[in-house]
Amino acid sequence: MSDKIISEYKYGFKDPEEYIFRSKKGLSRETIEEISWIKMEPEWMKRFRLKAYEIFISKPMPSWGPDLSELDFNDIYYYIKPVDKKGASWEDLPTYIRNTFEKLGVPEAERKYLAGISAQYESESVYNNLKKRWENQGVIFVDTDTAVREYPELVKQYIGTVVPPQDNKFSALNSAVWSGGSFIYVPKNVHVDIPLQAYFRINAQNAGQFERTLIIAEEGSYLHYIEGCTAPIYSTSSLHSAVVEIIVKRGARVRYTTIQNWSSNVYNLVTKRAFAYEDSIVEWVDGNLGSKVSMKYPSVYMYGKGARAELLSVAFAGKGQHQDVGGKVLHLAPYTSSNIISKSISKDGGRSSYRGLVYIDSLAEGSRASVRCDALIFDEYSRSDTYPTMKIRNNNVLLSHEASVSKITEEQLFYLTSRGLTNLEANAMLVRGFIEPIAKEFPLEYAVELNRLIKIQLEETIG
Amino acid sequence: MLDIEDLHVEVEGKEILRGINLYIEKGKIYAIMGPNGTGKSTLAYTIAGHHRYKVNKGRILFKGKDITNLSPTERARLGIFLAFQYPIEIPGVTVASFLRTILNIKENISLVKFNKLLKEKMSLLEIEEGFAKRYLNDGFSGGEKKKCEILQMALIEPEVVILDEIDSGLDVDALKVVSNGIKRVFNSNMSIIIITHYSRILNYIEPDFVYVMMNGKFVASGKKDLVNAIEERGYEWLEEVNSNV
Ligand SMILES: Nc1ncnc2c1ncn2[C@@H]1O[C@H](COP(=O)(O)OP(=O)(O)O)[C@@H](O)[C@H]1O
Ligand SMILES: [Mg+2]
Repeated sequence: MSDKIISEYKYGFKDPEEYIFRSKKGLSRETIEEISWIKMEPEWMKRFRLKAYEIFISKPMPSWGPDLSELDFNDIYYYIKPVDKKGASWEDLPTYIRNTFEKLGVPEAERKYLAGISAQYESESVYNNLKKRWENQGVIFVDTDTAVREYPELVKQYIGTVVPPQDNKFSALNSAVWSGGSFIYVPKNVHVDIPLQAYFRINAQNAGQFERTLIIAEEGSYLHYIEGCTAPIYSTSSLHSAVVEIIVKRGARVRYTTIQNWSSNVYNLVTKRAFAYEDSIVEWVDGNLGSKVSMKYPSVYMYGKGARAELLSVAFAGKGQHQDVGGKVLHLAPYTSSNIISKSISKDGGRSSYRGLVYIDSLAEGSRASVRCDALIFDEYSRSDTYPTMKIRNNNVLLSHEASVSKITEEQLFYLTSRGLTNLEANAMLVRGFIEPIAKEFPLEYAVELNRLIKIQLEETIG
Repeated sequence: MLDIEDLHVEVEGKEILRGINLYIEKGKIYAIMGPNGTGKSTLAYTIAGHHRYKVNKGRILFKGKDITNLSPTERARLGIFLAFQYPIEIPGVTVASFLRTILNIKENISLVKFNKLLKEKMSLLEIEEGFAKRYLNDGFSGGEKKKCEILQMALIEPEVVILDEIDSGLDVDALKVVSNGIKRVFNSNMSIIIITHYSRILNYIEPDFVYVMMNGKFVASGKKDLVNAIEERGYEWLEEVNSNV
């Protein structure tokens, strides 16, 4: 902890967007050292970053999946520090930031139905609060930078163990330039029975956001974590590349819910993975509505006997969007079970793909896996693909795989409009029905939000 | 109320309705009978505004206003309701949430009031409570689908109701329940058009006027006597009578 980084620091204070600091565009060793210096990080973290940077450089871009050719790594600001000090209350924040989060309904959600909340603006967490009741039970909920300072041993022990930097090009990138994200520790047998939420906001043009989230659920604990994200629309690209690592110990249960609503210029390339130990449950509930390109395959590595994984996702690909999403479940122990349900909607030339892996190890005796992919395609310009991979190394397992492609029919629209619904309302109702099996897994407020966002997406072209 | 003037309608390039005239009065019940494939459903769809049914000639007036070119939404909002011969499945949308949505279009009532109203109408049609939680028409039996159409009608109380073969697929008991339900919902501000192939339902609901359609035209009109004649003798004699004209 005592090793502080000493390097020169160019005080780049010339931006019109009221930042405390913004690194130069593009990525270099110096940028990474600068980020680490500003954060006054210990040496081990600086080394972690620099090593990851080497890996990032050496790794090629993924040879499969969506087109990333327009993503220019040199045209991105990798670190933007919006405020000097995070707020102890919303009132402490600059008015424009507070207004943004007010508009997004974040403080209201905190008051009404959350155990705690964290708000990240550009690269830094600007507000973070955990209700006393949970703090008293030993729950930790801070931004990951704070965790490096205050809980270095925990961070050191777990960071990069679930998603190592060398996992893929973007996990390496995140490891090199990460900033913000949530660090959550739930002690043994503690049930945080109302959700914790993090809200991620990109505001600046050409910004990169690289939060790093680390969740540790001790034996028999319970946690529901929700993340939401948005950004204004710019004509140039922004990059969001997060890493989420979750460790779910024996008998614990973690549900991770995402409503991703990035603007249509954001590349959303994230690596999310959980390790599930004996009799634990991991649930990824995912709503992907925004972004230009999303590549996201939340994974569960079931290391413990009887572990369970649920991957439920909805993706909406509108004009110019490619949602390449899915998930991976690795059955590495006996009697593990997994359930993947993916629902995608493609419209106005949008493209959605389901890309998934079910791996059942020879050790995973008596396991079961089920995969279901349903696609709803609005028009002939839109596209939906599935890339399911199954690798089964044990014969004593139960497997099921179902896929369907459907369309909204003229007869359905006529039926609903003949009851007085407008064309838009009828379409929205049909889409709502299509995603209902997943939407009902979101907390009510977020299911309502999901449906509202879908209606807005439809409005753009149906009206 | 509803005034249909010399209506000619084509579907997929084929002329189906060939000059239909019909005047629907407020507070009256009409029956349109006829063999299969004569254009009864075509008339129903055309009144409801299905875009594939093209009006080549003639017009439809509702309370004196020409609605021939209005969208289905607009017609529904004016108070026209079609109970479908084959109701459409809407997976993932519960009966309750659908009914609340369509009732909200007409009047905004509280959830508490809505639940009470729904319960009342469901018991009127002898529908069990769990029904409201099922997905609309999804996996419903023929009878359930028909009851659900009448449930919608009972809730929104439209001004003009077209029942397209509401009796088909119903056993005697269900037919009784549905007919009684219709009669209870019917009021002096409503007009009902019962489209049917068989006279069965007309023994439960007595129409004020009866029309017989063949090959896209009305070939006979009358009262209950006409229904009895059809019940006894079928439709063939009308065809003969008509072809001699
Ligand atoms: N959507 C359609 N496409 C093609 N032909 C149709 C369509 N709807 C009706 N028709 C044709 O119109 C004629 C009348 O059908 P319909 O109105 O359903 O009769 P009914 O209800 O009296 O049995 C039939 O010959 C039928 O094949
Ligand atoms: Mg018919």
